[in-house]
Amino acid sequence: MTQDDPQHLAEVRRRQRGRAIIMALLLGAFVALIYGITIVRMTGK
Amino acid sequence: MTVTVTAAPASLPAHWTDFLALTKPRVMSLVVFTGLCGLLVAPTHIHPILGFTAILCIALGAGAAAALNMWYEADLDAKMKRTASRPLPAGRMDRQTALHFGVGLSFFSVLLMGLATNWFAAAILAVSILFYVVVYTIWLKRRTPQNIVIGGAAGAFPPLIGWAAATGDATLLPILLFVLIFLWTPPHFWALSLFVRSDYAAAGVPMLPVVSGPKVTRQQIALYTVPMAVAAVAPWPLGLTGAIYGIAAAALSLVFLVLSLQVLANRATEPEGMKPEKRLFAYSILYLFAVFGALVLDQWILK
Repeated sequence: MTQDDPQHLAEVRRRQRGRAIIMALLLGAFVALIYGITIVRMTGK
Repeated sequence: MTVTVTAAPASLPAHWTDFLALTKPRVMSLVVFTGLCGLLVAPTHIHPILGFTAILCIALGAGAAAALNMWYEADLDAKMKRTASRPLPAGRMDRQTALHFGVGLSFFSVLLMGLATNWFAAAILAVSILFYVVVYTIWLKRRTPQNIVIGGAAGAFPPLIGWAAATGDATLLPILLFVLIFLWTPPHFWALSLFVRSDYAAAGVPMLPVVSGPKVTRQQIALYTVPMAVAAVAPWPLGLTGAIYGIAAAALSLVFLVLSLQVLANRATEPEGMKPEKRLFAYSILYLFAVFGALVLDQWILK
């Protein structure tokens, strides 16, 4: 399988898509966590 | 020191599961558990969201340290059967990616810990990552058979971090828990290194069984078990815990001692004859889970 092979390119895209989805989920969770931390610290509860 | 990489550079972008493998999730479970116990036995209340964040940061910090360890040890991992299939030696990821991932995760975990809980806990987390990467991985591991004795301190920090995240300080109980894990590490790792000795020898890692042989290693295992058992039971007579913990720690430590004496009595030099060592290694993991579990149970009942 060479770099220009369609199979290779398809595998590269598949992996990039997988990483992008995981990154999006992690960023979403991070934003929610920061909201939670901020609320807890602001209210002092 | 120069580090050579034996694996070919990755031609495909690393799969996300390779990043997960870089954090050594199985090792992380013990780190997370002891950190959680440190947090749960602390005498103050911490909001569940902040508590969750503290444990998350301990997990991420441990993962970051593991990633940096794999980055530095890619050449060693390639020479050992046990580690040859990891992402770097297997050629599924390039070293620079692992380095960036490890450094990024380190900063992220420390900053998040500081912002969510307190900077004292964040500082201990930073020290534990640096200790594991710089003192253990880079400085000691390839130089001395005492590598895991001193380097073992890195794995002993989590209960201290958990406690510090909840209280903002460190008192005698979390320090004793630190000492317990510190003294537990040599018998645990030496039991493992006895039956994978040929792997370490092939990679040129001066583990105690490679440098001094099985007999000395078995003596050292038995020797370290005694102060470890004392450190495990000590919180009870010192009045820091109740009888539930004290009796559980004493019974569990007694079993540990008996198993280490069986290891001492063993004369086998090949892995096939090392059943006592394999038994001790497996029990040592259960031991730490059980001792810390008993501590939480004891403290909750006392409360």
